[in-house]
Amino acid sequence: MSHVAVFAATFRREIKLLARQKADWVNPLLFFIIILTLFPLGVGAKPNLLREIAPGVIWIAALLSVLLGAERQFRQDHRDGVLEQLVAARSPLLGYSLAKIAAGWLGSGLPLILVSPLLALFLGLSAEALTAVVLTLLLGTPLLSLLSALGAALTLSADKGGILLALIILPLYIPLLIFASAAVEQASFGLNYQAQLAVLAAMLCVALALVPIAVQKALKLNVG
Amino acid sequence: MWGDMFKWLDPYAKPQVLFDTLLWWQRWLMPLAIVVLLLGTIWGLGFTPADYQQGDSYRIIHVHVPAAIWSMGVYAWMAIAAFIALVWQVKTAQWAIGAMAPIGAVYTLIALFTGAAWGKPMWGTWWVWDARLTSELILLFLFLGVMALQNAFADRQTGDKAASVLAVVGVVNLPIIHYSVEWWNTLHQGATITKFAKPSMDPSMLWPLLICILGFALLFGAFTCLRLRTAILQHEAHRPWVRHYVQEQHNAAV
Repeated sequence: MSHVAVFAATFRREIKLLARQKADWVNPLLFFIIILTLFPLGVGAKPNLLREIAPGVIWIAALLSVLLGAERQFRQDHRDGVLEQLVAARSPLLGYSLAKIAAGWLGSGLPLILVSPLLALFLGLSAEALTAVVLTLLLGTPLLSLLSALGAALTLSADKGGILLALIILPLYIPLLIFASAAVEQASFGLNYQAQLAVLAAMLCVALALVPIAVQKALKLNVG
Repeated sequence: MWGDMFKWLDPYAKPQVLFDTLLWWQRWLMPLAIVVLLLGTIWGLGFTPADYQQGDSYRIIHVHVPAAIWSMGVYAWMAIAAFIALVWQVKTAQWAIGAMAPIGAVYTLIALFTGAAWGKPMWGTWWVWDARLTSELILLFLFLGVMALQNAFADRQTGDKAASVLAVVGVVNLPIIHYSVEWWNTLHQGATITKFAKPSMDPSMLWPLLICILGFALLFGAFTCLRLRTAILQHEAHRPWVRHYVQEQHNAAV
């Protein structure tokens, strides 16, 4: 089978799974909203303070909720032998990895973007800042999905998967966090933030080209 | 053509040959490292003039800068080993990653600790969220991540391979992290000795610093030889030559 055929088949299956196992995309979303609720409770509900820390808070919550869903990404396929069959049949793992990443984004990235207008109410964001949040989430969450898929693939057969995944992947999220929250901050002052968006887009392109190859390699060595 | 170019390296992929070579290197590197480090630190700490602004406290540079430089140097070497391990499937290169990562982590810790101790009298604070400090801290996380991943598998080989993938990914990311953090904030003084044309440091201070940098490099080499030899013995414990070697050592000790 070609890469495209494997991609299409895997992607269709993942969509069906997302439609049937609603917890897979509902839970990360709830997690995201709950974390955002914790911040005003923790630092105090002063509107000015909340508006000031909002960019960082939103993005840290997004990182964590995408990471939360990532651990399960390949686990089921590894346990029931799907991955082993794919490797044994020499079927192109690149198409499989890309489909998994794309479906992972639909499950954990897209809901965050859809719910983000709610943030404006929660954290007192201006309309410009909200636009920046949506734009950075659009560019940034696919990157989160790519990197967390890499972490999930690397730690697939590890004994202590979950926390290890966070340990190795969170440092790689740092550039994204810096540029995304800087863009939102600039926007909240009414300044231009195209430069930050361009950097985010560039990082997404680089990751899109390289990460699936690393994911494929990591999956193979875990099945090996 | 490529195959022929690296033919002379082939024997070193064989653990037993590498083991003996490393022993030879270690016997030279370890004493040399100790002598060079002693020379550099005694000269730097005891016999260089004090700084006109920072007084005697600047002397910590003789530990801080070499550790910081080589914390990154170790990561680069680790990535080279990881690349060799991935492309040519060389087992010994995979083991080298595990041998180097803890050394790099300790160098990074030394750089962070001495940096904090230097920052207190100079900047008035142990820690600031400045670009270089932050990237050094992230570098420590990357080292610890590689170490954690390598030890997380029941099957040792899988751990070695996974760590080599992560080390290569980290190297692609390192410049991105570095420049994003640089852009984010900066307070640290500019580079003092990378300007090759005219270092902004007096030769009387520069020489001991360069000697210390060399000393840290030699020490890294010596420890890598030692740790890689240990790794070879652990991985090859079932082989006859290892049993023979261990028996010999045992007899010599008794």
